[in-house]
Amino acid sequence: MPEPHGSTAVSAGAGSTGAPGRSLLEVEGLTSAYGPVRALDGVTLSAEAGRITAVLGANGAGKTTLLRTISGLVRPQAGSVRLDGEDITKAPVEAMVGKGMSHVPEGRGVIAELTVDENLRVGSLFRGKVGKDEFDRVYDLFPRIAERRNNAAHTLSGGERQMLVIGRALLAQPRILLLDEPSLGLAPRIVAQIFGLLRQLVDRDGLSVLLVEQNARSALSVADVGVVLNLGKVVVTDQARTLMADEGLRHAYLGF
Amino acid sequence: MQQFINITLSGLVEGMIYAAFALALVLIWRSTRIVNFAQGAMAAATAFIALALIDAGQSYWIALIVALLSGFVLGAVVERVVIRPVEGGPELNAVIVTLGLFVAIQASIAIIFGSSFQSFPTPFGVRGFEIGDSTIALTPTSLYIIGSVLVVMALLVALFRFTRVGLAMRASAFGQEVARLLGVRVGRMLTLGWALAAVVGSLAGLLIAGGEFIYPAYMDSLIVFGFVAAVLGGLDSPIGAIVGGLLLGLALSYVSGYIERGSALVNVAALVILIVVLLVRPGGLFASSVARRA
Repeated sequence: MPEPHGSTAVSAGAGSTGAPGRSLLEVEGLTSAYGPVRALDGVTLSAEAGRITAVLGANGAGKTTLLRTISGLVRPQAGSVRLDGEDITKAPVEAMVGKGMSHVPEGRGVIAELTVDENLRVGSLFRGKVGKDEFDRVYDLFPRIAERRNNAAHTLSGGERQMLVIGRALLAQPRILLLDEPSLGLAPRIVAQIFGLLRQLVDRDGLSVLLVEQNARSALSVADVGVVLNLGKVVVTDQARTLMADEGLRHAYLGF
Repeated sequence: MQQFINITLSGLVEGMIYAAFALALVLIWRSTRIVNFAQGAMAAATAFIALALIDAGQSYWIALIVALLSGFVLGAVVERVVIRPVEGGPELNAVIVTLGLFVAIQASIAIIFGSSFQSFPTPFGVRGFEIGDSTIALTPTSLYIIGSVLVVMALLVALFRFTRVGLAMRASAFGQEVARLLGVRVGRMLTLGWALAAVVGSLAGLLIAGGEFIYPAYMDSLIVFGFVAAVLGGLDSPIGAIVGGLLLGLALSYVSGYIERGSALVNVAALVILIVVLLVRPGGLFASSVARRA
């Protein structure tokens, strides 16, 4: 992937410390439903600090519901979510970003009517005044959206939108980034570029990522840990490279 | 020629008031996807509060400020108490609720302030300026109307364009869920949106009342015109609301000025204009729905 300009990087926030491997986000027995349909059935997993954890599974496995329940958009029927030891199961959605968790929802989540720059500014609103240098760092990271900063976000391509929402999430200085299907509808080259950048943010700046992906092959190639979800239940949790090597599992659940 | 100028001028002045009222509707539609049928009754309530103060010996300006502030409070309370429970539900529920609110507020006005016609003052004269030896249909009051609407619009533009609260309000209007995930207090922003809309609606109500008689239902025709103006503009676009208001004001002025017994046709004309525009451009003149779907 192309190197971002200079050595600038978006700092991954106050909680970027912590030895890799320490459990940052802990989900225990999480159960939630849309009406009568149970989407999550006692899901237990943890995302470690300074690592990329990929949750994989087919369409309808409950991946999106998992992220939406973690960030409070869906209220769980049972189970708990802890961020760095703090129980955030019942915290309001609006408070999550202040606790260090940024959720980039499925379908990119740009605010189409606002300009690129305004989208970024919304991402930093809750922090009060944010220096211009932080915006510059995001633009350095994603030169393609820098060129279009005054354009309405609906004019961006799919890849540019994904860059915008990741950049916007970084402006919140998260400790952990929740990403819902960032590869959806993107060309493989763009996917590789975005995943490469994530890897860099994790390795260099200590960001932690919980990634939800249907594209298991790409996700496992960048992730440290993989969690396979099927029909709302965790099937297996293991090192990404171990999962990659397990042909039976790949055929059964990951479709490659 | 002089007749044309006069009809145009009075159309523009009326149009400014329609524009303000349409803007109030658009502000609410943009943020909560609700057409607030109670907007007129809410504005009427504030006009009666203003009149009560004026009758008690206060100046017009004190009364105006209190009326706008009570509009702000009324808008916020209505959103929090009445609208919040039906937000996000089926659209029809909200429509029924605002219709019910319209009836309830109008009835409350009649109970509290009586239902007789009461004359509402205007702070400026209503005699046309004289140019040479002819009088034109532009009065100090019409300048006041144009000026105050322009000031309010400029303030709103400044709020939305240049302030953090304005950005948070726009984010909440266009992407509620995303805004919440980014830490924006969306509920507060929606309340603020209703409150500001009620202020603008209240201003329109006071302006149209100036020099006229008010009674609990005096805003009813303005609801129709404001709604037509808002839909002309695309319902989503503040600029569209303003242009729609001015166009409607002009069109109705020409109808009542040039057609024999035209003043009786004004309501019909408004609806004909609405239908024609919707046939030609179903999304309104300034529709931004393409952007929304993308």
